Amino acid sequence: MTMQNEAIIAKINQLLIDEIEIEENQINPSANLKKDLGIDSLDFVDLFVIIDNNFGFKMKAEEMADVKTLQDFYTYVIHRINPIQP
Amino acid sequence: MKRVVITGMGIYSAIGKNLAEVKESLYQGKSGIILDPARKEMGFRSALTGMVERPHLKGVLDRRMRVGLPVQGEYAYVATLEALQTAGIDQLFLDKHEVGILYGNDSSAVPVVESVDILRNKKDTMMIGSGYIFQSMNSTVSMNLSVIFRLKGVNFTISGACASGSHALGVGYMMIRQGLQDIIICGGAQEINAESTASFDALNAFSTREAEPAKASRPFDRDRDGLVPSGGAASVILESYESAMKRGAPILGELIGYGFSSNGEHISLPNVEGPVRAMQNALADAGIRPESIDYINAHATSTPAGDSNEARSIDTVFGSCKPLVSSTKSMTGHEMWMGGASEVIYSTLMMNHSFIAPNINLENTDEHTSLLNIATRTEHREIRSFLSNSFGFGGTNSSLIVRKA
Repeated sequence: MTMQNEAIIAKINQLLIDEIEIEENQINPSANLKKDLGIDSLDFVDLFVIIDNNFGFKMKAEEMADVKTLQDFYTYVIHRINPIQP
Repeated sequence: MKRVVITGMGIYSAIGKNLAEVKESLYQGKSGIILDPARKEMGFRSALTGMVERPHLKGVLDRRMRVGLPVQGEYAYVATLEALQTAGIDQLFLDKHEVGILYGNDSSAVPVVESVDILRNKKDTMMIGSGYIFQSMNSTVSMNLSVIFRLKGVNFTISGACASGSHALGVGYMMIRQGLQDIIICGGAQEINAESTASFDALNAFSTREAEPAKASRPFDRDRDGLVPSGGAASVILESYESAMKRGAPILGELIGYGFSSNGEHISLPNVEGPVRAMQNALADAGIRPESIDYINAHATSTPAGDSNEARSIDTVFGSCKPLVSSTKSMTGHEMWMGGASEVIYSTLMMNHSFIAPNINLENTDEHTSLLNIATRTEHREIRSFLSNSFGFGGTNSSLIVRKA
């Protein structure tokens, strides 16, 4: 059974709050991961582990090049989980 | 040469989580030793250990600062906060002045074990995450605290086995004396966990008096049967006298002598001659005679050979005047990398409150330990100057002398 997009987004948000300690009021699809959320290169290393442990796939650095905003990140994770979606 | 004074102290140990608690424990002769049953299940010969509560730093330090901080770094952060506070140094001061850090640390076992376990299990280095590298290096304490407190001065770790903390103070003293730094956070940190002490337990070096944990660490006692591992962290703010006067800082003591030596013999068995030279070098550096020392905080860890040889060493140097001696390890256990720094704090607390803490559990001396004048109960005494000994594997020796301000 595939995971619904809303559920994926909700889970990502909760992981960002719980694991990366992003403030809940900072969670916004248009937020820039680096500039607005302060996610630096070391946090990306931890995101790799968090995503693998929670969604069961390995993020690839080359695929992350175009991921700038939180919405980009939602889209990336959704496509990795449900690749048949447009 | 500049004079070097102590303007701040902070402690997080098995006998108290701050200076006030520790002072009271020292005065009361209270033991911090417990039995950790998990170690028995793991196959330890002895499950005795000193124990401290893990500090709760979530909400105090942000995630990035916590992720790379191992448990002994957490202890060191808490101890350093107290040391800076007693020295009257705030973050604004640290941002505007060149303050350094020299910390003693000689292991960080748990992060090494955990990260390699992840690799063996997942077969992918990317699953290790970002924190373990910073947690697992010996320099973890100085590297983390220098970032947390935004320090801009000297910044490195001193690994000298169980004399690490003492050598850290000694090197800091030399740097300030030569005018290279005005203020250095010096100290020692020691992790408390089974992983870091298992291979030490393998040497049959630990006391197995498990039925009586508080009586297990009994330095200089005839029936001593080994040391009890312990840990925590101790931070001492060393500062040039001019800087302290300019700031109007409290002066808790003056570090006037540092002596060091190496035994040049066995990797684990201490000798008599090496510590004799360290103590004599410290006296020569301080320019004082043995008679000026009112108290010796011995290294004495409660091992049969170590305590005997230290007793003979102290008798060689101080036999003519016989100052009071005690080993605070009788209460704290052996704080290893931390011990040299913490024992300067314990002794400075005694000096400033005019008492000498008892060497608890000393019921009978033996041929060598009877040479010493050991405090078996709390003694109310003025201490003009004290000497603190720390010795470590490889035959590294350090002696520090502190004079009352």
